[in-house]
Amino acid sequence: MNSSSLVSISDISKEEILSLLNQARYFEENPNHKILDGKVIATLFFEPSTRTRLSFETAVNRLGGRIIGFSDASTTSSSKGETLKDTIKMVSNYVDLIIMRHYLEGAARYASEVTDTPVINAGDGANQHPSQTMLDLYSIYKTQGTLDNLTITMVGDLKYGRTVHSLLMAMQYFNPTFRFVACDELKMPAEYKDFCDKNGIKYTEHKEFSAEVINSSDIIYMTRVQRERFTDIMEYERVKNLYTLHNAMLDGSRDNLRILHPLPRVNEIDYDVDDNPKAYYFQQAQNGLYARQAIICKALGIDINKEDK
Amino acid sequence: MTTNKKELAVAALQNGTVIDHIPSSMLFKAVKILGIEKLQTHITIGNNLESSKLGTKGIIKVADVLFPEAILNRIALIAPSAKVNIIRDFEVVEKHRVSLPETIVGIVKCNNPKCITNNEPMKTRFEVVDNDDVTIRCHYCGHTVKSSEAIID
Repeated sequence: MNSSSLVSISDISKEEILSLLNQARYFEENPNHKILDGKVIATLFFEPSTRTRLSFETAVNRLGGRIIGFSDASTTSSSKGETLKDTIKMVSNYVDLIIMRHYLEGAARYASEVTDTPVINAGDGANQHPSQTMLDLYSIYKTQGTLDNLTITMVGDLKYGRTVHSLLMAMQYFNPTFRFVACDELKMPAEYKDFCDKNGIKYTEHKEFSAEVINSSDIIYMTRVQRERFTDIMEYERVKNLYTLHNAMLDGSRDNLRILHPLPRVNEIDYDVDDNPKAYYFQQAQNGLYARQAIICKALGIDINKEDK
Repeated sequence: MTTNKKELAVAALQNGTVIDHIPSSMLFKAVKILGIEKLQTHITIGNNLESSKLGTKGIIKVADVLFPEAILNRIALIAPSAKVNIIRDFEVVEKHRVSLPETIVGIVKCNNPKCITNNEPMKTRFEVVDNDDVTIRCHYCGHTVKSSEAIID
């Protein structure tokens, strides 16, 4: 793999994470910065994703780069049976950076192995979505002033939710305490609890989204509980509202508490929470722009500190 | 000659490789891993032979062929107990256990249907994450599987 690619959050070190967060903060202060002048960047979306694609494309535009690409693979040669390898090889001839989303797991890793052009993974099936993790980390860092020693409560679908798994892995460097709130069908998989045990990360598991859990949290990370994840629909009907956050539940919470959600939400956060200053999910999405600007610059080997001088 | 008659019941080798102590249930997987179907030399395959350690075992004898170590070690995936004997002039000149490589390229098929390796003409790649119960993880999609349950391609 070429070293500039970002395929999984576990590919980058603590120092690199902190450096990206610093750069994200820089871009929040200076969002329009024409340092990609003359660069062409491909956004290859083999699977549609409005939010992620618009965020990446805005990031490129605000940095002064140009974009080629597609947002629907049915209009491309892959619908004629072209392999991913051939598509990537071909596109590599034209561009300085490839940002790709694919419905198959491992697609971005493979792409990064068949080309010398850096590849940023914008999501590969249920596998990895590192730019989401970076924006989650940046949101936590920005709202708490630190990443160290925080109590982070993860709620909802902890079994299939790739965002909670990646966030858990990325937080390993920062001495977190996790609270996992989920029903039996969607509880945190053993491999991630083993990961916590091996790395000395403290965690507790809860079936109930109780006041005690809420009031001891610095961050509540909500996720969507999807009906199709359940083998037993009755079970879904029983639990779906147990993990919904209402404004009144935040009455005894810490002042520094912020509510995060990777979006889209359905009914797991009541609309009456939106006006609470502790609701942070929309700003969180906005932070995605700055985090992605930082990721793009890193992949292209651009050091903004040097560019400024 | 005082050679064990049970061994001779299968066939003695003048020169070549004997892979012994393969669990019976894994014998044909081992045959597949070695890719010996295409060889033209004498091959003897025995199964359900008595074994004090394994209950029953399988054995593969291939005349006049020395396999590269990397190929032999792939057998460790499914039969960590297997032993390799190199034979010259009816004598065992070398005897060693197979040892698990850190990465396995090809051979194992990922059991995740949504993995890129099942949808592109490419080689699979697995990393060994647990040496004790031989758990391997797909380098691409991250799915883990116990190698005894892995699909051998």
